[in-house]
Amino acid sequence: MSILEVVSGVLMLAGALFVLTGSVGLLRLPDALTQVHAVGITDTLGVGLIILGLAIRAGPTLLALKLLLILAILVLTTPTTSHAIARAVSRYRSRPWKDGQGRAP
Amino acid sequence: MTDLVLAALFVMMIMTALAAIRLTDLFAVVIMFSIYSLLAASMFVVMDAVDVALTEAAVDAGIATILMLATLVLTDRWERPSARLRMVPLAVVCLTGAVLLYGTLDMPIFGDASSPANTHLATYYLTESPGEVGLPNVVTSVLASYRAYDTLGEVAVIFTAGVGVLALLGAARSGRGGAAPMRDNPVPRVIAKIMIPLIILFALYVQLHGDFGPGGGFQAGVIFAAAIILYAIVFGVDAAAQVIPPAGLKVMMTGGVLLFAGTGFVTMALGGAFLDYDVLVRDPLAGQHLGIVLVELGIGITVAAVVISVFLAFAGRRRAR
Repeated sequence: MSILEVVSGVLMLAGALFVLTGSVGLLRLPDALTQVHAVGITDTLGVGLIILGLAIRAGPTLLALKLLLILAILVLTTPTTSHAIARAVSRYRSRPWKDGQGRAP
Repeated sequence: MTDLVLAALFVMMIMTALAAIRLTDLFAVVIMFSIYSLLAASMFVVMDAVDVALTEAAVDAGIATILMLATLVLTDRWERPSARLRMVPLAVVCLTGAVLLYGTLDMPIFGDASSPANTHLATYYLTESPGEVGLPNVVTSVLASYRAYDTLGEVAVIFTAGVGVLALLGAARSGRGGAAPMRDNPVPRVIAKIMIPLIILFALYVQLHGDFGPGGGFQAGVIFAAAIILYAIVFGVDAAAQVIPPAGLKVMMTGGVLLFAGTGFVTMALGGAFLDYDVLVRDPLAGQHLGIVLVELGIGITVAAVVISVFLAFAGRRRAR
């Protein structure tokens, strides 16, 4: 097993952990704003790390270039989606969740 | 391994379907359908049917979701709870499901090499299409050349659906569209300006590369429409109607179908059968290629125009209250 394979494995494992963290946050956090906070950050980072790991595994090929292009588009679009969701929530649901409030609907 | 992945995807599809039945928030139901389609698309990828997967992802998971959300804006978000259990519809649904399940018992198992479909037509297409049509992507040769009649019928169906929606709702007129709440938000505006040209470029790639790789007119038309719909969502329906005026969309809708059918009439005038591209150019293979490019272009133009018009017709209406 070469060093590159180890590096790509570590990257993909870390990415999977981030995605898992985001999913747990989506299930456990009380309202839409906090859920977006959990998923928005971990999704970009997690999927990004997985794609980076895959690109390293692909080596200097056209496939790696395509993966990096997908990564570039994801880095642009995923945070924008979270931003748009957060904006919509803050616009149409007036009060954000506060500590000790219990779970919002 | 493949079976395991397929089984996992299948279980997830059943779970989303059940969730869609249980939920009363129609917004969530639409998102469930979108996830369902995305899972189906993943399933097609696992089965190596990339053309179908691309269509499923672009049409069902993408555009259909947006159109249903646009409909929800005009109607109500919450499902009205039904007071009692309706026995007759339930019986009809159960009976139909049972008949369909019974029907699948006679189907050959997935990937069965000795099934009639795989011993007659599929083998013919796979062995003869390099010599008769000459395209690397056999799916495109089947769709646009061997079965061009079916495809013309599909395009006519899409055209009819577009005409039907426009007849019911009326084409979007400028000055009638609602506000665009995202226009004063710089983040989606800037990102949309970066993404829209890329999406259009990708649509053109899918359109023109469909002979060689996965893709073709249907997918390209929908992806192109997605770029315009993104523009309409961020900058408002009025701005989108200025980019592509409704009159132009009507010309595109009919023009695509006419280009498809017209190719068929030209081949008839040149002495061939309807949609027999061999006669278009002296070399039959070049004729096939030209015919397929023209027909795919017709599909793409009609699909894009119909999807954009339907979206603008829905989004250009105010909520009826």
